[in-house]
Amino acid sequence: MILTPVRYADVVVLTLQGRLDQSTAEDVRTALAPHLERCAEGQDHLVLDMAGVDYVSSAGLRVLMLASKQAKAQKGYLVLVSVQPLVQEILEISKFTLILRTLPAVRDALAETSPAGLAAFEPR
Amino acid sequence: MRVKFWGTRGSIPVAPTTADIRQKLVAALTQAAGRQLDTPARIEAFVDGELDWAVRHTFGGNSACVQLDAGDPYYVLCDLGSGVRGLGNHALATRRGEPAEYHVFMSHTHWDHIMGFPFFMPAYIPGNVITIYGCHAWLEEAIRRQHGAPSFPVEFAQLGAEIRFVRLEPDRPYDLVGFRVTAKRQRHTGDSYGYRFERAGRVVVYSTDSEHKLDDPAATRAFAEFFRDADLVIFDAQYSLADSISIKEDWGHSSNVVGVELCQMARARHLCMFHHEPTYDDAKIAAVLAETRRLEEITRDGHTVLVSSAWDGMEIDL
Repeated sequence: MILTPVRYADVVVLTLQGRLDQSTAEDVRTALAPHLERCAEGQDHLVLDMAGVDYVSSAGLRVLMLASKQAKAQKGYLVLVSVQPLVQEILEISKFTLILRTLPAVRDALAETSPAGLAAFEPR
Repeated sequence: MRVKFWGTRGSIPVAPTTADIRQKLVAALTQAAGRQLDTPARIEAFVDGELDWAVRHTFGGNSACVQLDAGDPYYVLCDLGSGVRGLGNHALATRRGEPAEYHVFMSHTHWDHIMGFPFFMPAYIPGNVITIYGCHAWLEEAIRRQHGAPSFPVEFAQLGAEIRFVRLEPDRPYDLVGFRVTAKRQRHTGDSYGYRFERAGRVVVYSTDSEHKLDDPAATRAFAEFFRDADLVIFDAQYSLADSISIKEDWGHSSNVVGVELCQMARARHLCMFHHEPTYDDAKIAAVLAETRRLEEITRDGHTVLVSSAWDGMEIDL
């Protein structure tokens, strides 16, 4: 599981790869921590690009829930994008669709949350 | 070995409401519309063969009681929820007054797991012998104190059967009533204990009222070992995963998702979801079952786990 950060103005897009399960969950939690600290009102918006994630276990879902909870408490913006169909099914079966917000793609998140981020993402 | 479920509901017994029955009638008649159902035989064939299971059936509402029937002349049970009342009546009817031995393994002493005992008719009849096993120091006190004033009209001392209590230690295998039995402490308020029953190459795990923390890999591995290669795992799946780790965290129950994961890790053959949420109707439990089967399918890694949802009256042959 690798987290690659790319910044578009005030939006940080973190790209996750591989399986988010018991063997990777704590590493992901640790890697997310500095980004989550800045995911607060007036600071960074956080987008988790899940296109490369093909499995999420309960331990992985817990890490995503804790991230969402922290962002919410800080009045920050956190969203998952490009969730693979099988992972989307896991979110639905576990009822995590009630906890985590998902959007189709990175662009949708930028369009929703940051004109400056969208401009940086799509330079003229 | 046959496993019989006498009570499968969690927390409190429930019964179908008038609205539930109406919903089933509407669903059945809707499904029957346009069919030639003009004889009892055709109607029965339609009900038994075509009507959705959750419409023609019910998961039931008695609280926890499971019987392990290995063909012995005595009864082996897990828990004394309201379901044990049905078992007691069945035993009296089939034995026609002949005394019997009953051996009961208790997960814990919360009310829904002991409330059936005052209505367990064999306890009132001299000649019957009831042995209650468990790991809690207060097991006997908890069973005794629900009898008598101010809770019940019959004092414990008035019960006619011989009633014994046997304290077990967790993690220690015992050879009892034809089984090798090992108890394991589980996370639940006041602790609960799961049981692994082994006999003649068959393994049944009874693991209810057990919360699994997802940030404790060592505990997860320990449960996978406890479930290892089981033919049947009876598993507390009362909540959704989201509920179990958010608003219902530390309420002492688990989810279908964790049940699938543990059974996959353990290479168990059959996950039977148990201790159903009392607010769920039949349609909701059936929907959870369908989702859980799908989850097992899309997360399978070469080992198939059969997934079922326990119902009052269900029997599983191993």
